Amino acid sequence: MSTKSHSMVMLRRNFKHIARNPTSVFNAVLMPVVIMLMFVYVLGDAFHVGVDYIDYATPGLMLLAVCYGLGATATSVNSDMTKGIINRFKVMDVSRGAVLTGHVVASVLTNLVAIAALIGVAFLLGFSPSASFLDWLGVVGIVVLLGFAAGWLTVALGLAAKSPETAGLAAVPLVMLPFFSSAIVPAEKMGPGVRQFAEYQPFTPIIETLRGCLNGSPDTGDVIAALTWCVGIALVGYLWASSTFKKRA
Amino acid sequence: MRSSAIEVSGLRKAFGDKIVLDGIDLGVQAGTVFSLLGPNGAGKTTTVNVLTTLMKADDGTVRVAGHDAATEAKAVRAAIGVTGQFAAVDELLTGQENLQLMVDLNRATSGGGKRIVTELLERFDLVESAQKPASTYSGGMRRKLDLAMTLVGNPKIIFLDEPTTGLDPRSRRTIWSIIRDLVTDGVTIFLTTQYLEEADQLADRIAVLDQGRLVAQGTPDDLKRQIPGTHVRLRFTTVAQLDAAARLLTDSTRDAEGLTLRVSSDGGTKSLRALLDRLDEYSLSAEEFSVHTPDLDDVFLALTGHTTEVAAK
Repeated sequence: MSTKSHSMVMLRRNFKHIARNPTSVFNAVLMPVVIMLMFVYVLGDAFHVGVDYIDYATPGLMLLAVCYGLGATATSVNSDMTKGIINRFKVMDVSRGAVLTGHVVASVLTNLVAIAALIGVAFLLGFSPSASFLDWLGVVGIVVLLGFAAGWLTVALGLAAKSPETAGLAAVPLVMLPFFSSAIVPAEKMGPGVRQFAEYQPFTPIIETLRGCLNGSPDTGDVIAALTWCVGIALVGYLWASSTFKKRA
Repeated sequence: MRSSAIEVSGLRKAFGDKIVLDGIDLGVQAGTVFSLLGPNGAGKTTTVNVLTTLMKADDGTVRVAGHDAATEAKAVRAAIGVTGQFAAVDELLTGQENLQLMVDLNRATSGGGKRIVTELLERFDLVESAQKPASTYSGGMRRKLDLAMTLVGNPKIIFLDEPTTGLDPRSRRTIWSIIRDLVTDGVTIFLTTQYLEEADQLADRIAVLDQGRLVAQGTPDDLKRQIPGTHVRLRFTTVAQLDAAARLLTDSTRDAEGLTLRVSSDGGTKSLRALLDRLDEYSLSAEEFSVHTPDLDDVFLALTGHTTEVAAK
């Protein structure tokens, strides 16, 4: 059997987990929508960002939606590790990557469901992007790439954590990071220190790329920065996850 | 002559400064049960982890099913089945789905997966709960499911790391009978346990592990003989005979009330024959004759200088 079919078996297993334990996905889909309603519907009128706030906030909230799904991924990877299931797979000579790939793919698909729900609600709130079909493809591409990169990093965090609880906690910085980016308000409106952090942290160029795509005018510099960050994070996550997977018994 | 299933020599493993295994040598014949006996923290699980390719040894060689565990890990994995210390079942899947998952992941069982699952469910008496999630199973059922999952793919060598720890006596006996059945089918079993009774019941050979070293190795009876305290008990019909025998056998303790005489002996046939010959020579005959060997708890105390209880705490 090839890696591919082992990965399919694992992915099927991850889907069954999601179906039987829907709370985590519910959380991953619902929380971003709640946050969107809060920021746009409740607080939105107080922000002055030059454009309709829903148009400004949606790209940032999409990123937030990706991050919200990660806690569940970290917890489920860690419970596989600490309950001995991964060891069972390891001595069965299951393709090395299959277990982890299953988790990453399930995580990306959860992200996509969450983002679809989020965009649906955004349209109800008056979201009016001026993106062409190609721009939309770019949006989907960035989201998938980001989900993939963050997914591998989260899998690594999940593998390295001592218990499912600490694994969930390890993903919290990833959930917080969007708030210190241009997701909710532009970086230049933030205080010194935070502003510089927001300008240079990886999520800002990714959000700006999404924002650019949805406006129909992505900035090449942002796109390159976003792609570089995603590939870099994916690579670090993948290498870290693989080495922890090999070492930890 | 049976072939060797597991050969370990000079195995060493340390985690940082802590030496966990300090030069282990052992051999397991194919088709037999080998038990690694020791208290918590003796290094049992680490040994299993190295032998099952989960960990790399710092030093020494490990051959399992004729393959080197370090350089031919894939071939080793194809030949073995492992049931870890904690029942590694997928709690969100049902019993049947857990087994099906093993079938799907097993390279050897491309056809007849459904049949294998049904057979294992029947064999392990799990048919009734096959459609329930494993999270609802009792400890004993989990272990059974875990073992059943290990058997998918017909491994030739099975590693069982403390398979009955935490089980009630009835479930423990069920697991024991499953292990005996496996041996009848020609499977080699490498079993770790902290229960002396379990090793005594199941194992052909026992190695006693204490703080990373093997302090003794042999058959259960070998081990019992290695320590002082084995004695022969003779019961006579009259006090006169008892007294005569006591005078004859100087190295003995007399119990007038029970009309018995305890004579120190190593329990070997040679010394027993000498003893019986001597009684014969003086026309003494005992009504009852028995050899008493200490149980494995005594063995552990004598070999390590501490009891298992103390070491476990």
